[in-house]
Amino acid sequence: MSAHLPILQVVVPLLAAPFCLFLKRGRMAWGLAVFASWAALAIALALLGQVTQEGVLSYAIGDWVPPIGIEYRVDIVNAWVLVIVSGIGAVVAPYSMASIEREVEAGRIPLFYAAYLLCLSGLLGITITGDMFNVFVFLEISSLSAYALIALGQARRALTSAFRYLIMGSVGATFIVIGIGLLYVMTGSLNMADLAQLLPEVWDSRTVKVAYGFLAVGFCLKLALFPLHLWLPNAYTYAPSAVTAFMASTATKVAVYMLLRFFLTVFGAPFSFDVMALDRVLLPLALVAIASMSLVAIFQVNVKRLLAYSSVAQIGYMILGLSFATVTGLTATLLHLFNHALMKGALFMAMGCVMYRIGSVHINAVAGLGRRMPWTMAAFVAGGLSLVGVPLTVGFVSKWYLILGALERGWWWAAILVLLTSLLALVYIWRVVEVAYFRDFPGDEATREAPWTLLGPTWALVALNLYFGIDAGRTVGIARQAAEVLMAGIGP
Amino acid sequence: MSLDLLVSHYNYWVVIFLMMVGFYILISRGNLIKKVVGLNVFQTSVFMLYISMGKVNGGTPPILIYGETDVLYSNPLPHVLILTAIVVGIATTSVGLALAVRIKEAYGTIEEDEINAIEARTEATG
Amino acid sequence: MTTLLLLALAVPVAGAVFIALLRRNPNAREAASLVTAGALFAIVLRIYQAVSGGARPEVTLAEPLPGIRIALEAEPLGVLFALIASFLWIVTTAYSIGYMRGHHEKNQTRFYLFFAFAIASVMGVAFAGNLFTLFAFYEVLSLATFPLVTHAGTEKAKRAGRVYLGILFSTSVVFQLLGIIWVYAVAGTVDFEPGGILRGNVGAGLVPILLALFVFGIGKAAVMPFHRWLPAAMVAPTPVSALLHAVAVVKAGVFAVLKVTVYIFGFEFVAETGASLWLMWAAAATIILGSLVAFTKDNLKARLAYSTVSQLSYVVLGAMLANALGVVGSGMHIAMHAFGKITLFFCAGAIMVAAHKSEVSQLNGLGRQMPVTFAAFLIGTLSIVGLPPTGGAWSKWFLGVGSVEAGQIGLVAVLMLSSLLSLAYLLEIPLRGFFGKEAGGTHAPADGHAHAAGGGPADAHAHAGAPGHDDHAHHGAPRWSVAAIAVTASACIALFVYPEPFYRLMTMVTGQ
Repeated sequence: MSAHLPILQVVVPLLAAPFCLFLKRGRMAWGLAVFASWAALAIALALLGQVTQEGVLSYAIGDWVPPIGIEYRVDIVNAWVLVIVSGIGAVVAPYSMASIEREVEAGRIPLFYAAYLLCLSGLLGITITGDMFNVFVFLEISSLSAYALIALGQARRALTSAFRYLIMGSVGATFIVIGIGLLYVMTGSLNMADLAQLLPEVWDSRTVKVAYGFLAVGFCLKLALFPLHLWLPNAYTYAPSAVTAFMASTATKVAVYMLLRFFLTVFGAPFSFDVMALDRVLLPLALVAIASMSLVAIFQVNVKRLLAYSSVAQIGYMILGLSFATVTGLTATLLHLFNHALMKGALFMAMGCVMYRIGSVHINAVAGLGRRMPWTMAAFVAGGLSLVGVPLTVGFVSKWYLILGALERGWWWAAILVLLTSLLALVYIWRVVEVAYFRDFPGDEATREAPWTLLGPTWALVALNLYFGIDAGRTVGIARQAAEVLMAGIGP
Repeated sequence: MSLDLLVSHYNYWVVIFLMMVGFYILISRGNLIKKVVGLNVFQTSVFMLYISMGKVNGGTPPILIYGETDVLYSNPLPHVLILTAIVVGIATTSVGLALAVRIKEAYGTIEEDEINAIEARTEATG
Repeated sequence: MTTLLLLALAVPVAGAVFIALLRRNPNAREAASLVTAGALFAIVLRIYQAVSGGARPEVTLAEPLPGIRIALEAEPLGVLFALIASFLWIVTTAYSIGYMRGHHEKNQTRFYLFFAFAIASVMGVAFAGNLFTLFAFYEVLSLATFPLVTHAGTEKAKRAGRVYLGILFSTSVVFQLLGIIWVYAVAGTVDFEPGGILRGNVGAGLVPILLALFVFGIGKAAVMPFHRWLPAAMVAPTPVSALLHAVAVVKAGVFAVLKVTVYIFGFEFVAETGASLWLMWAAAATIILGSLVAFTKDNLKARLAYSTVSQLSYVVLGAMLANALGVVGSGMHIAMHAFGKITLFFCAGAIMVAAHKSEVSQLNGLGRQMPVTFAAFLIGTLSIVGLPPTGGAWSKWFLGVGSVEAGQIGLVAVLMLSSLLSLAYLLEIPLRGFFGKEAGGTHAPADGHAHAAGGGPADAHAHAGAPGHDDHAHHGAPRWSVAAIAVTASACIALFVYPEPFYRLMTMVTGQ
């Protein structure tokens, strides 16, 4: 059984998805989705345990030996990302019951869970596979289901947001396929590990560089790196709350993982940094993303959109860590993948609680909720402080390594920029906090705190925010190990 | 650029032409259906890229002929890949069209500029 | 021994929990507050005994990042700060009971709750075993005091809260955190060590930059131009201004500056590299400018706030002198200013509750009705100025001698000038009180009027559920508050006669 964990990781949610369609009652579909998500998390944790003890796992699908057959290959890097994705899935799934019943028509609820499970299995598939074309297939599985999930939002703008995302996402995916095709032309292989061996011989070829370019644009579209982020704010704003919480914590993270995997493992860190100057291309984009998107976030009146712009800025932090081209920098990137998932998940879920009771996420909708919904707003404050990077929260851990990486390179100005922009985060979080705590509640006297089915998962994430902020030894250890794997071939 | 290069790589020129046509439609047209069409053309160009590179000069279709050992086959793998990609493309198209239908129901139009105007109006009125 | 350190953190937190649980019964709630404060002081006293015997208990709570621990360690400087803060917490709690009821404040449970949290973080700052722990508790302290500053919940309070948190956060995140990570990057550790950890790890060119990152990054030290948060915080209820913004929070700032100078840089190392030369003058400028601004303020609390800004820089100055005498003077001034300034704030609060006066120009003749309050104010004034027979004389003395030893005669002049200035702007208040002509027939407030006290735990039944129920027909300064004033004013004088404990602790810090 344990030998088949890699395939079960994807197959469990993938098979559960069509069953949701047969279940007429939304609650039953929900139960199945929760079960599948928790199973996925258990498998991911087991895989992480195996990888840390035994090293890289290779699983040949259908016993077709790689590099001809499709290989699932788990090392410390993707085992880490698998835990992030399935962990968020395991928290969002129970949360979605109440939230989705409020925001989606009853008849569509089984469909929602089917799409949700497809999205989850797509993201897990991208992460676990060691075959390039398989990446594309899973990418489209997750993206198509994501378009459907976003379109389920209440406002009609959810539809146009989903359509725009579909156009941009498909273009990005097609760019990625072009890149994969060109690599296949040059090497005759689709297996990543195999390619890593074959590519150094053809480094000089123009085709490989063109492939690199296509892949770079495709990935940056998918991970919403400024200025290719235009699809993201609306999609996150108008999607159902549970979907936003899930997507914001997983989809862009997996895209970052794809970028790391392709550029650092397949092409190799030396090729990316020494030949293609990836660091020098990404650095200015990351800096502009962080500064400009944090500023834009300050002026938003829709809290979900505010958090969405904040997400684009936070992706900038991840890319900034990569552009340091050091193990410390990459450690910061990998840490922030995890940490940002925790804090944004908590924040969006807190806003989901507000949506559940108040029916709006406009900034005026939270007025007076500091007293009316104390647990919800306390969760928002805690998540917000983590986003700002207050000590003893996970945000601080990310920030610490990011600044350490900058100082290691002697880039003190980058360190100052990171610190200054975390103040911008304080400003946009505090705007919400002030409205929640200093204004009187204008609404109905009967408005109560959100039900525990929503608060429980939200606070679970908040607790993790604090726990991994106080005891980050394990996460830092894994992230550093993963960074060393990815940076193989380049000095410390 | 020599004529030779043009001729020997004509498949690439076709692919690039199609790709640009698709991309142009995608960007320049405001009609959502036309955008989907543009996306289709764009994706199809990539299918062509894969399939044409699977062709081996003088190769036959990759069907095993018993008793013959030195047959030159075309590479079957790109075909298989593109079969998958076509399925994905159809799925994308259908999701896109379905969204277009829902947008028509919700907004009464599938012209992007009109939708933008409606959204701007509702934003302004709250 | 280490359990005591843990208790020093746990007791105020536990107190906060009890306060929250007892919210329906104000008398029991206040009793819980008092008991907690007393227990905390007893614990700190035990730690003091151990530390002055040469023990250095330490305990690691967690290890958030590899090599970066959350650790508590008791050393003389921290014990000095903890002693002052925990003792004055008892006095302030007693004072608040009178003040909050007398002033009919709302949300008193929230007030006591966050007060206890603030004290817990102050203990964390005092006993921090490394820079990271110090920083963590420093930030928690900012957050815990935010609800106290914005207690009134008005638009003005909200704006003040913005300034407060904005400046404290910006400076700490942009400068201080950068400094901490930089120290870690060059030294590989952030632990406090006697003699510092930077010697041999840093080029002489970097030391002034790092030191400046800390002096300005520790915004709670209120070195200009990052002092605006302190006057803004005066919108809070007076007990908050008294304990937190004259003692606990601001002293946490200057304490951190002193601690970093002594245990991270090592004051000898600072002196050798000359890193603090220009920072001395930044502190001196704050001393003079703060005093000058205080002159222009008619609002009593604002005047006291700017006086605090000025006085805090004495401590920073002492640290920047980077010699043993300066450091001793610096640590002594933490203690002496604390007792002096809290007395002044207590008096200001008593005047506000009893006579509803908040401006200096309104105080004419009031001293004749509230003699105890105004006499205490006079004693506090003397201590701030640094005149015998009050404790303030000692710290001024050491700072002056330290300046001479550092060869900075100019600074001696600054110290004398600022003493004169503070004498002028503070003495005006008791003078007006005792000798000023009354503007018209006001009702007669009186010290220690029995009516406003609100009763002790004994008559809990009578007052259950009705905090601040007492009517104010007689406008007396609450009895609880007057008692608190008397305690701190006497302490100012006692410290002149017996400054020994604080002096001994500081000589342990400098190792002489």
